[in-house]
Amino acid sequence: MNLQQIPILSIVAYVPLAGALLLIFFFPKEKTGPIKAFATIVAGLDLLLSIPLWLAFDRARAGYQFVERASWIPSLGVEYHFGIDGISLVLLLLTTFVGFIAVYCSYTAITERQKEYYILLLLLQTFMIGTFCCLDFFLFYVFWEIMLVPMYFLIGVWGGQRRLYAAIKFFLYTLAGSVLMLLGIIALYFVNTTGFLGYRGLGNAPTFSIERLTAVAAGMPVELQIWLFFAFFFGFAIKVPMFPFHTWLPDAHTEAPTAGSVILAAVLLKMGTYGFVRFSLPMFPQAVLTPWVTGVMVTLAIIGIVYGAMVTLVQKDMKKLIAYSSVSHLGFVMLGIFALNMAGIQGAILQMVNHGISTGALFLLVGILYERRHTRMIADFGGLARPMPLYATYFLIIALSSMGLPLLNGFIGEFAILQGAFARSFWWAFSAATGIVLGAAYLLWLYQRVFFGEVSNPANQNLSDLSPREQLTLAPLVLAAFWIGLYPRPLFEVLRVPSEQIVRAVSGKTETPPAFAAVPAPADAAPAPAEAAR
Amino acid sequence: MRVEASDWLLLAPELALTASGLLLLALATLFPKAKEEFLGFLSFLSVVFTAIVLTIVAAAAPRGKGPIFGGMFVLDNFALFFKYLILLSVGLTILASIQYVGAAAYPGGEYYALLLFTGVGMLFMVSGSNLISIYVSLELMALASYVLAGYFKEEPRSMEAALKYFVLGAFSSGVLLYGLSLVYGISGRMGLTDLAQMTTTADDRQLAGLGILLVLAGLLFKIAAVPFHVWTPDVYEGSPTPIAAFFSVGPKVAAYAILARIFYVAFPKFQADWGLVVAIVAAATLIWGNLAALLQTNVKRMLAYSSIAHAGYALLGVLGFRTAYGLWGVMVYLLAYTFMNFGAFALVIFLETKGYAAETVSDFNGLARRNMPAAVTMLLFLLSLAGIPPTAGFIGKYYLFTAAMKAGYAWLAVLAVLASAVSLFYYFRIAAAMFFSEAAGARLQTSYALTAAVVVCAAGTLLIGVAPEGVLAVLKNCIPGGY
Repeated sequence: MNLQQIPILSIVAYVPLAGALLLIFFFPKEKTGPIKAFATIVAGLDLLLSIPLWLAFDRARAGYQFVERASWIPSLGVEYHFGIDGISLVLLLLTTFVGFIAVYCSYTAITERQKEYYILLLLLQTFMIGTFCCLDFFLFYVFWEIMLVPMYFLIGVWGGQRRLYAAIKFFLYTLAGSVLMLLGIIALYFVNTTGFLGYRGLGNAPTFSIERLTAVAAGMPVELQIWLFFAFFFGFAIKVPMFPFHTWLPDAHTEAPTAGSVILAAVLLKMGTYGFVRFSLPMFPQAVLTPWVTGVMVTLAIIGIVYGAMVTLVQKDMKKLIAYSSVSHLGFVMLGIFALNMAGIQGAILQMVNHGISTGALFLLVGILYERRHTRMIADFGGLARPMPLYATYFLIIALSSMGLPLLNGFIGEFAILQGAFARSFWWAFSAATGIVLGAAYLLWLYQRVFFGEVSNPANQNLSDLSPREQLTLAPLVLAAFWIGLYPRPLFEVLRVPSEQIVRAVSGKTETPPAFAAVPAPADAAPAPAEAAR
Repeated sequence: MRVEASDWLLLAPELALTASGLLLLALATLFPKAKEEFLGFLSFLSVVFTAIVLTIVAAAAPRGKGPIFGGMFVLDNFALFFKYLILLSVGLTILASIQYVGAAAYPGGEYYALLLFTGVGMLFMVSGSNLISIYVSLELMALASYVLAGYFKEEPRSMEAALKYFVLGAFSSGVLLYGLSLVYGISGRMGLTDLAQMTTTADDRQLAGLGILLVLAGLLFKIAAVPFHVWTPDVYEGSPTPIAAFFSVGPKVAAYAILARIFYVAFPKFQADWGLVVAIVAAATLIWGNLAALLQTNVKRMLAYSSIAHAGYALLGVLGFRTAYGLWGVMVYLLAYTFMNFGAFALVIFLETKGYAAETVSDFNGLARRNMPAAVTMLLFLLSLAGIPPTAGFIGKYYLFTAAMKAGYAWLAVLAVLASAVSLFYYFRIAAAMFFSEAAGARLQTSYALTAAVVVCAAGTLLIGVAPEGVLAVLKNCIPGGY
């Protein structure tokens, strides 16, 4: 394949960076029109460039594809190492897709310091793509950290009332988690080389290669695996965010500008769950299988689902409501991951994408309303279906997709996760299912209060409906929701091989652990959700 | 002791810098009307000249780099690296001072001369391979810097800074000297390599340990580690800002160099005695430096506490002295630290025209609107200080965290990374003021010399962060071996 020979991943990753540099040096800040147009073109080009990846990706092959490898800091064993598997591919495409929408949706919402705004969006895009492509832990950490900087400024400059507080809280929380992950990475590095803290090292040449260190980590004694699992856990769990580390999320989401919220929800939170799937499970299988560790993770996930949904129910601010619903949805993803079987893991990855689409679209919708009325309080609205019928329709479709109605995307993911959870324990599935019921409750209640009845507030009487541009930002998301809802098979195909690998990595390491006996054979579970959808 | 003529060649850089300092003093007296900018420029040239001489000497004498003068002075790669680093910090300070000193109401000639003499002291310090020569050169540096702290001689705060610096500095020198005397009394040796072979009887062991701890305490004073840090905020606040910037890098780096040389070369066998003390001091320094910095509203004081915290990070490397890795880490870190910390101070100088401006964080308000390049550069330094990749600060901290883990101090590494995360909070108060605030802060002055200094610092910070390999490979060859 030709595409395997050119550094396509680097191109996709650095096109936005190049675009940002061109913006800095060649566009005067007064000329906002050309700046917007150029940023849109760059983001669109990046989206187009990422599509060949989907077409050329070999679904049957295990391991990483489109690999690029070069030495970066030889004295430390650090490499510039890019490559993707099915999981990264899906999230990469989600990033370029949402990245384009984020640029395109900001035309009217952002009226100040536009040049800086689009530069930051494009930089953020590069860093997010880089994170998903890394196969070297050092490089991964670099992208993972640097990503926080543009987001900090997006929230801090263009955010709402409490933006300063929200921006620094977001930065500090995620940073505190990731520095502990850094120590975990360093520890792995030593396990592979000279050893540390009384553990004998393997004496290999120094490397940060994720493949290599994953193999090394999986062979460590249980006790050390558990320590390192928790070192990584803080990095990922805060990003997800899992209960009880979630408190930065409502603030950041609510205060961020619309595009910032969309990117946060669609991509940044996925970094955490991606970390669990791609790193924690295959690296620390014995830690993950330790009953109390699984217990802690699943309990936190279920608390996240139920508690998140209950807090969502009482929110008065629409944006905050959607922000809290993310806690609940990502609890689902975490439950799927720690079900540790094919259905659960595939469902979790699919649900990451679904959440990106649905919640991203919900933030867009709230942003559109906020631009018109400069309020997001539910009490200020009512009967909006009359002045804004199109808007009401889009909102309904997306809300239904978010609550997991069949035919729409949310259903497929939640179904697979519940299936995976059920295979482990009835009570896991049962508690999670209450989250779905609560989810329907908060979304339908929100819809009822905002759209039904008479127009109670005269200010809403003459609101204009969606403009063509606004429709264009929403339509791709709605289409994606229907596509995944009706025909998820292509996604499952891409995810099958890497998910199998992860399940094998986790289960293959132990000799019939009791907690794991109930897991169905991976091959049986794979096609089931796809069948169910059709 | 035999002294050959060629031995003097190794001293050429120090001699050149001394001569320049004396020349500058004479010029300033003979031509009192001479423009101070001219004197500054001249002193900068003499630093460049010294660096060239140093390069030639290092290249011309591949063998026989010491120790000379009966084991007093050595020019190994370790010394060479620190000499370049010291000349860099003196050069940057001169660039940062030209406009500042010109605007101040005090004569410039002695200012530059004293700066050069401080440089001479430091050049000797890092080459010292005998406790006596180290002590004497340390005092040379210290005496010149006390005067520099009080350079604004009619400002009460500057006087206070000088007096505090002098009293506490003299006290710490006394402690250091007492420690040296104990070590000498027990071993009868002063040369570092001789001391490495020192053997002690069970009776002497405790006294030797006490001597080593006193030496350590004296040096911890100089690098401003808790609990010997109290002079730092006041001295930084009261001194002329370029001098505060200089104190935060040059003398600190030199003190770290002798700390490294003494403890890496002479006392590795006693690590059981001093290791835990250093670990506790490092922990206290990290905690107190970062917490106190959180509470500051004065930028110079904040940077002072931040530099205390950074001294704490570097101590993690000292803990790793059992292997060369820890020392390597300290050197990488000091290089990164010089660029980023001086850069941050240089931007403070940018914001002050006369006397003490840029005192409060609000002086940075709205800097992004008035001068975007300046704001972005400051952001780079702040990110680097907070240890966010891909900057020099991250590479440096990475080494130190690894050194601590490798030495078995995992708890300290955890504490250090968390402290590093906390530090972002106070660094980013400045970032928030620059980028988020609408209000107008202090006026920004223009100075080509200062701009050049900032550009050098920014380039160093970014380059070590993005492409560290070259620097790392060079530094790996600078570990002092048996000579």
